[in-house]
Amino acid sequence: MSITIKANIPEGPLAEKWNNYKAKAKLVSPNNRKKLDVIMVGTGLAGASAAASLGEMGYNVKSFCFQDSARRAHSVAAQGGVNAAKNYKNDGDSVYRMFHDTLKGGDFRSREANTYRLAECSASLIDQAVAQGVPFGREYGGYLRNRSFGGVQVSRTFYARGQTGQQLLLGSYQALLRQQNAGKVKLYTRHEMLDLVMVDGKARGIIARNLDTGEIERHSAHAVVLATGGFGKIYYLSTLAMGCNASAIWRAHKKGAYMANPSWTQIHPTSLPQSGEHQSKLTLMSESLRNDGRIWVPNDPKETRLPGDIPEEDRDYYLERKYPAFGNLAPRDIASRAAKEQIDLGKGVGALKNAVYLDFSRAIKEYGQEVIAERYGNLFTMYKKITGIDAYTEPMKISPAAHFSMGGLWVDYDLQTSLPGLFAIGEANFSDHGANRLGANSLLQACVDGYFILPYTLQNYLADEIRVPKIDVNHKAFEETEQKVRQQLEGFLKSKGNKTAEEFHKELGKELYDKCGLLRTKAGLQKAIENIQNLRKEFTENLLVPGDIEEVNSELEKAGRVSDYMELAELMCIDALRREESCGAHFRAEHQTEEGEAKRDDENYCYSAAWEWTGNPSSPVLNKEPLVFETVKPTVRSYK
Amino acid sequence: MKIHLKIWRQKDRQTKGAFKDYTLEDVSKDMSFLEMLDTLNIKLIKSGERPVEFDHDCREGICGQCGVMINGIAHGPLKHTTTCQLHMRSFEDGDTIYVEPFKAAAFPIVRDLKVNRSSLDHIIASGGYVSVDTGQAPEANSIPVTHEQAEAAFDAAACIGCGACVASCKNSSAALFTSAKISQLAQLPQGDKETSKRVVKMVYQMEEEGFGHCSFTEACQVECPEDISVLNIARMNYEYNKARLLKK
Ligand SMILES: Cc1cc2nc3c(=O)[nH]c(=O)nc-3n(C[C@H](O)[C@H](O)[C@H](O)COP(=O)(O)OP(=O)(O)OC[C@H]3O[C@@H](n4cnc5c(N)ncnc54)[C@H](O)[C@@H]3O)c2cc1C
Ligand code: SF4
Ligand code: FES
Repeated sequence: MSITIKANIPEGPLAEKWNNYKAKAKLVSPNNRKKLDVIMVGTGLAGASAAASLGEMGYNVKSFCFQDSARRAHSVAAQGGVNAAKNYKNDGDSVYRMFHDTLKGGDFRSREANTYRLAECSASLIDQAVAQGVPFGREYGGYLRNRSFGGVQVSRTFYARGQTGQQLLLGSYQALLRQQNAGKVKLYTRHEMLDLVMVDGKARGIIARNLDTGEIERHSAHAVVLATGGFGKIYYLSTLAMGCNASAIWRAHKKGAYMANPSWTQIHPTSLPQSGEHQSKLTLMSESLRNDGRIWVPNDPKETRLPGDIPEEDRDYYLERKYPAFGNLAPRDIASRAAKEQIDLGKGVGALKNAVYLDFSRAIKEYGQEVIAERYGNLFTMYKKITGIDAYTEPMKISPAAHFSMGGLWVDYDLQTSLPGLFAIGEANFSDHGANRLGANSLLQACVDGYFILPYTLQNYLADEIRVPKIDVNHKAFEETEQKVRQQLEGFLKSKGNKTAEEFHKELGKELYDKCGLLRTKAGLQKAIENIQNLRKEFTENLLVPGDIEEVNSELEKAGRVSDYMELAELMCIDALRREESCGAHFRAEHQTEEGEAKRDDENYCYSAAWEWTGNPSSPVLNKEPLVFETVKPTVRSYK
Repeated sequence: MKIHLKIWRQKDRQTKGAFKDYTLEDVSKDMSFLEMLDTLNIKLIKSGERPVEFDHDCREGICGQCGVMINGIAHGPLKHTTTCQLHMRSFEDGDTIYVEPFKAAAFPIVRDLKVNRSSLDHIIASGGYVSVDTGQAPEANSIPVTHEQAEAAFDAAACIGCGACVASCKNSSAALFTSAKISQLAQLPQGDKETSKRVVKMVYQMEEEGFGHCSFTEACQVECPEDISVLNIARMNYEYNKARLLKK
């Protein structure tokens, strides 16, 4: 039976809520903290910053990641920057404006109080990162430099060349290892969480597989935090890393945690286009390039000239034309959809006609090649490595790619899921970005969740756990959960069909791009659900996985991830089908204005969908968290 | 194009490894090196053989998880490029390619082309950070850092921790990796207070992990995907000697 859920938002005016919360939150005294264990799954910006901060406070943290080092979490790949309302540019920025931009960018589908808190904590993050030695870009006088990013009119983005994620992550990774050295954090790299263990209604541990030995292990704690990142890899071709997955959150979902707005996926407008069938990923070209690059397609679909030979009058700078106020910096969902529109009109460029031009010739003329090289040098080099083309002399070719999951585990204001003792932070939760995330806001969210929010809210929860002794891994809940995990792995190996997990994944990804991507229709989604059900059936009968459990076995790892994707994909389609409106990245063809823009339905759909697992992937229960706007009145999002 | 592969296969640390021959007929120039291995693996799995285990994740040259020796060169023939960013257009039709894991005493083999590089983490854990807790930070602009300082620190900070420098060094030294972190932090006002402590601890840990000594052949920078400068090693040695002198 579906219910209306509450987010536990503190009392008081918007700007006071977080302070009120902190003033009243329960505390744990330092000598009690060392009696409490916390499991942190994930070492990206969210997980590393949270684990380090909790370690510094005195908790015992067990930190997990599937890569061979914590430093390799996919946060490392973020290029463009991180937002903060420092107003160093004196250009009218403020916490309120940043909050408003984020809320509007998300098409009024996020929770006001969370979004405000994100903006409120943003300035401290820059202070923290700078103190750690993160080499952000500087002005010649020595002060921090800013640039602007899609969807806003102020310059509030801090950056470290084109490797902002890497540098921020190294900062928090180093803080994490400092706590490892101090004995407060124990690291479990090359470990994959395969299930959540619930004891008497509370999250008390996980089952993990040691990927180097294949051993199945039990780990217990007083609370479990999932910081496992996004699941955009479900589309197979995406800007995510090969190992990114939904398994941790999906298995928590199957234990009762709600999944919120799972279909809201950001399709990034500036990725490199697919070049062939062999392709395993799409590389992102940072959106910051849109600061200086101009996007265009030829007017004539039959155009055959080289880009440099096409005169101005035969080019359509369609973003500048359609959205004069924001031009090339229109928000991502709008920019991606506009690109798709041009590509669908047959104006796409490149061999597969699946791309649009991103042109730097004017910026190079204006500022000189040296300045452009300093701003984006590594991106131009990367472009050359992958395509063999020199973007200083020829425009880049870019196209949309699955990139970021706005959806994720539902969490309340405390970042606690619907399961007591289970928290979700960073991209793994759904909280702050609504139906579309603004560029440079998610590094921020991951960091703010980890450094500044969870340490308070988790402590508030742990304050009632100080009398609970160490959790015993011999409890029957651990025994049973481990058995289930084993059975599933054995099932994959026994199947002995003739299709690899990767082949299934590719098929599933195509289906999602096609019917649950940039453009969604009722009929398409219904068809997708049917196709996914069939594919899932085939997966159980025809999967081929070599080798054994108790050894290094990448194929077995993939099988587990794809098996979860097979179920999640259906929920995404159900979610998209149920939402009879368009908002942000969720664009239903049936719901658009005459000009082809997204048409929201605030009367009926002003809620977050929090789906509940029922045991059957085809019949989840929809719970709703109504979105109440006390401070801002939702308006039609216009970037014209 | 047609590509002949000689790939190092080794079940685990205890078992002896050997090269095995494979041939792929339809390799496209646009494939990345790892996509070429993916293609091989699908073929192997379908013919009942174990696929080749290799490390990778981001596939865009930033996470540092990939890395193999290709024809004896760490990350292959293209300068300043990770294995995942290497494309088959760097090879010719009919080429034979040798593929081996990174070899070093401090990088024990896991399986086939996978090695364990946790020793690099241990070096960072011994002191590769600024000792600042969450919440202690002052206002960011209260510590000006000149543009040049920030850029120089960045050049060192760009290390991706792949271990190619170790694999390409005849002494299996981790000097380039270690010095890059020391150098980054020493060049920033936030980090320089701890330089002498840091350098002593990190150099000690480097030896503890079983990495060899640097004899300044400079092979490391040549094969480093980030072109991390060997001048960092000189700075590390300078800071190390200074720290030892001051201690005495
Ligand atoms: C190419 C790219 C560029 C981006 N650029 C920007 C940008 O410029 N600005 C911006 O603000 N945002 C950007 N983003 C988004 C941003 O980087 C991410 O949203 C953010 O870094 C997510 O951090 P996280 O800590 O939540 O997850 P991640 O960094 O993805 O970390 C996930 C962690 O969980 C672990 N994990 C996952 N599953 C399991 C499991 N089952 N068991 C054990 N461990 C597990 C992983 O090992 C990893 O340690 C970009 C994203 C991409 C893909
Ligand atoms: S110094 Fe270069 S080769 Fe060595 S680990 Fe860093 S990036 Fe890799
Ligand atoms: S796979 Fe990440 S650097 Fe190659």
